[in-house]
Formats: sequence, C-alpha cells, structure tokens
Amino acid sequence: MEVLDIIRPENQVFCKTKLMTDTTLTYCPGCGHGTAHNIAMEVIDELGIAEDTIGVAPVGCSVFAYDFMNVDMTQAAHGRAPAVATGIARIWPEKYVFTYQGDGDLAAIGTAETIHCCNRGENIVVLFVNNGIYGMTGGQMAPTTLPGMRTSTSPYGREIDTMGSPIKMSELVANLPGTYYVTRQSVHTHKHVRKAKKAIKKAFENTRLKKGLSFIEIVSNCNSGWKMTPNESNIWMEENMFPYYPLGDIKVNGKIKQVA
Amino acid sequence: MSELRLMKGNEALAEAAIRAGADAYFGYPITPQSEVIEYLMTERPEERTGMVVLQAESEVAAINMVYGAAGTGKKVMTSSSSPGISLKMEGISYLAGAELPALIVNVVRGGPGLGTIQPSQADYYQAVKGGGHGDYHMYVLAPASVQEMADFVSDGFEMAFKYRTPVMILSDGLIGQMMEKVVLKDEQKRLTDEEVAERYGDWATTGKKDRERNIITSLYLEPERMEQRVRRLMKKYERMEQEDMRYETIFCDDAEYLIVAYGSSARIAQKTVELARKKGIRAGLLRPITLFPFPTKPLNKLADQVKGVLSVEMNAGQMIDDVRLAIEHKVPAEHFGRTGGIIHTPEEILEALEQKIVKDGSIRHHTTREPSLL
Repeated sequence: MEVLDIIRPENQVFCKTKLMTDTTLTYCPGCGHGTAHNIAMEVIDELGIAEDTIGVAPVGCSVFAYDFMNVDMTQAAHGRAPAVATGIARIWPEKYVFTYQGDGDLAAIGTAETIHCCNRGENIVVLFVNNGIYGMTGGQMAPTTLPGMRTSTSPYGREIDTMGSPIKMSELVANLPGTYYVTRQSVHTHKHVRKAKKAIKKAFENTRLKKGLSFIEIVSNCNSGWKMTPNESNIWMEENMFPYYPLGDIKVNGKIKQVA
Repeated sequence: MSELRLMKGNEALAEAAIRAGADAYFGYPITPQSEVIEYLMTERPEERTGMVVLQAESEVAAINMVYGAAGTGKKVMTSSSSPGISLKMEGISYLAGAELPALIVNVVRGGPGLGTIQPSQADYYQAVKGGGHGDYHMYVLAPASVQEMADFVSDGFEMAFKYRTPVMILSDGLIGQMMEKVVLKDEQKRLTDEEVAERYGDWATTGKKDRERNIITSLYLEPERMEQRVRRLMKKYERMEQEDMRYETIFCDDAEYLIVAYGSSARIAQKTVELARKKGIRAGLLRPITLFPFPTKPLNKLADQVKGVLSVEMNAGQMIDDVRLAIEHKVPAEHFGRTGGIIHTPEEILEALEQKIVKDGSIRHHTTREPSLL
C-alpha cells in the first residue's frame, strides 16, 4: 500500500482542526493553550457555527489567539474582553460570541467587566484559562497564584497576609444570577480534554438556546513560568492547583451544584 | 418629517442619535450629561428603531462595549463628561489604532480631578492632542448651540465612517444643559444586518460568511508594520484637513482685531464683537467648528489682515497654542478665559480684548504683509 493510499480522507482518524489557521502557535511547548484553542475551534466547527461566531482575544499569552482561530476576532484591551463581547453580543443577538481570557486578564484587571458581564447574563461564552501566573510578561504573581507559590513578583512565595488569597472566579461568578453554566475543567490528559470539549460544546449550545452566560474555567499549566518541565508542571498542577481549584461543574442549568 | 422642538442640548443629542439611525449607545451616568442616557432609556429606541441602549458598569466598560460593537460595522456611540472621558481614553486609543468608527460625546465640566460640575472647555488638549496613548487624533466637532448638538450626531457618524476613526463631539455643560429650539431631522432607517455585512464586510466582524476571517486589532509587534499603521493614520488626518475641516467667520471681512473661540465661548464672543463694533473697534470672530483638524490656514490668512488675536476659551489657555502656531507670530496673540466653571461675560471678553490686544490703539510687533491672493 502506498503512503498516499493510507492518508486518504476515508482512512484518516485524526486531522488538523479545520478552524485552526496554519500559523505556528507561539505558545511554549507543553502549554495547555494550544489544546484549549483546538477544542474550542473543534466545537465551533462541529456545531457548524463558524460563520456566525465572533471571538474576543485578551491581553496575555493568548493575545494572538486571533492569529490561530479562524473565525472573526476582535482583540480587546487588557481585561476588557467581557465588555467588548457585550458590545458585539448586543449588536448580533443571533450570533455566537466568546471571549478567551487568562487569569491576569479576567481575574485582576478585568474583574469589574467579568462580574458585571456575568451579572447581566450576557448571552456569551467565557473561556477562562487559569494557570496561576502572568505568563507573557514573564511569570509574575497573578490573583490566582497559590499561597506560598514563587513568582518573579513573589520571589519568596505568595504571602497571604500582604498579597491576599488566590481568587476563585468560578465560585464567585456562579453566585451571580446571570450565569447559566459554570464549570472547571483541565486539558492535561486525553480524558480531561474530552470532558473540557464536552463542556465547551454545552456552553455554545447554551448560547444557541439564549440561556445566558456560560463560564468555562480551564485550570492549566505554565511550565515556563513555573520553571518546570511540561510533565513536572502537569503533576504539580494535579497536586497543588486541583485541590485549590477543584475540577467539575459548579453551576448547571442556572443551579449551583457545589459550593467550594 | 423634520420637527421643531424646545429641548436641552443633551436631550437633543440623544433624540438626534435615534433619528440618525444609530445602532447602539453604551454609557454611564455622570453630571452634566446624564440626560443623554436618561432620555434614551425613556424613549425606548429599541422599540422605535431597534437601537440598543445599555448602561455599563463604568466608563471603561462602556467604551469597550463601543469598541466591540464598532468592530461589527454598526453605528455606535457613547457619551460622558470630563472625568469619565479620561477613563475612556484607553478605549479611544484602541479605537483609533484599530481604525474603528465611533462617536464619543464629551459634555465638558471643569477640572482637573473631580473638579466641578460646571461648564468648562478645559478638555481641549485631551480632545485634540490625543488624551490616550500613541500617535493618533480624533475628528473633533465643537457645537455652539443645541441645534449643533443634534446636527453633529449625523455629521459625526458620517466622518467616523468616512475615515474609520473615533469622532468626538466636544460640547460642555452649558450647551448640554441649556434649552433652545431645535429642528430635528427625519428619522433615518438603520442599516439592516445584510447591508452592514455588504458595506463593511471587508473589515468588520459580521461573521465570516463567504469570506476570509476579519480581525480587529491594534497590535503590530513588527516595527515596520506598526510604522506603516501610524503613517496610514497620519495620511487620514491630512485628508481630513483638506476635505473636512470646518469653521465659520463672523464680521471678519473688515476686522482689525480677531477673536478665536469655539463652542459656548464663541456664542458669548459673538456678542462681544457686536459690543466692540458699537465702540468703534472693528472686531471679528473666527469660530473653529472642527478643533481637529484645526482651521490653521484660514487663521493664518486672517493674521495678514488683523492687528492682533485673542483666543477666548473657558480654560487657562489651551487652544491659544494652536492659534499661535497657525498665525506664525505675524501678530500678537493672547488668551483670555475664566475657569472653574465660571462663564465669561461678553463685557469681560471686550475688556480683555481692549487691554490685551487693542491697547489704546498701539500695535505691537505688527508687520505689514502682502495681501493674500487667495
């Protein structure tokens, strides 16, 4: 059998995500962003809504999300993605609008926009990638940095007394009536990727049904910021991030499932 | 049908926005412009024309809602007053950088800081020199009446889309709060979603049906591309000056002394010109209608004719810089203006004109020039 026979479409069990562009990802090898992008784009492709989807890219490592995601995209100022998405969603009530944001963007500088967008129950999807650090600016402390965790701006570890506690955004927004679906996922194993993808699909279906805001947190790694190998960072994430940020649904169909 | 009504400046602006076919307004209350959002909320434009009105959680959020919505190719606007406009400046810089059409209204109050809620023109620098970060300008319209508060909404949208740029209506608490008669234009139909996609589908986030994806961004990490973008903006501003700079002259044909004033100061200074002429002082008024682009050339030409120029502004002296640059020191130019929310009287301006410019008939530094052939 020739190679060309083997790679015939009918023999293919896996291919590049259609809605990812050919631009080389700028993320560090081992980073979860690429996978998170992939499953979001797979969902949009599978739902057949690419022509009606507008994404909002944040400031942070995923600032260039619009280079990789092959749908109409708007790049927002730092933290303002939920407000930008509100503007778009109010203009296009029949379209699908999502933000893709990191923890510095969503949980620090953009807290007000996040809370009020959730509170208004804007009919959008928020994809929130939480890796407990500012990746792009070089590994500074984020609002989500764990107690005792060393970063370039908490070089002796995050001290709760002076630097505050890590903020649990999913639990916070779940308490707002405007959120319809709040869940915390991860993308570090195949099993988790499949679950996260299912959650994202549910979120976009909620948009279709005009249910309000779906908030998908993806707890992820930052191997370069955490100064670890990719594998070490995933293990560290399981051992340290997950106990503080437990995975699973927090609010489903507008009802809180568990309170952390 | 057009309609004659007695209205507050802020209300006339809001009504004009509905009639101009605006698609969305995002705002946050602040004195002295809260009537804009109050009027819109009361009028239910969502039922009248389908226009979206939303009260945001802050001025920062409001301008970013404008940014997102402007990126869709629709007619979008916001309004605020000085401290709120400072908060919007980040978003305005992004609008300029991403080349998005939007209308921003500043009903100016006194500052700096929380300042006062009284009228002022102290945001001139902020409006025309940037305000936000980076190499950019807004197209700035300065209304001097309730009528212009209304008219400049459609004019502003026209410019915003012609140049794909943020446009500012730089009003003040006086024009915003006073009541005058105003002729309102006929209600214009909003563009349909299909028309928007057809007209602006080459850049707007309308959904990538039958085309490649569109990206709204102001981020260019390669220096050459960033410089290219800045040059593109500068070309746009040159074109604005050639095609859409606006001003008006009053009693300038035989003027020996020139007052330059915009907005409410121009209204007051017009009276000063009358008072001066009664006293035998041949005064004239140049009113810039666009503050950016500034009427540099007409002002330069008038400097060949007059003996001195007084820039009258309700601030400590801001536009005077542009006046001096325009007249190239051909004749003396001085500033007069009250601040703190105090509105100068025609008599005060006349006194300043006499003391600072006319000075018992003696003329400083005046050089005779060839009369202009233009």
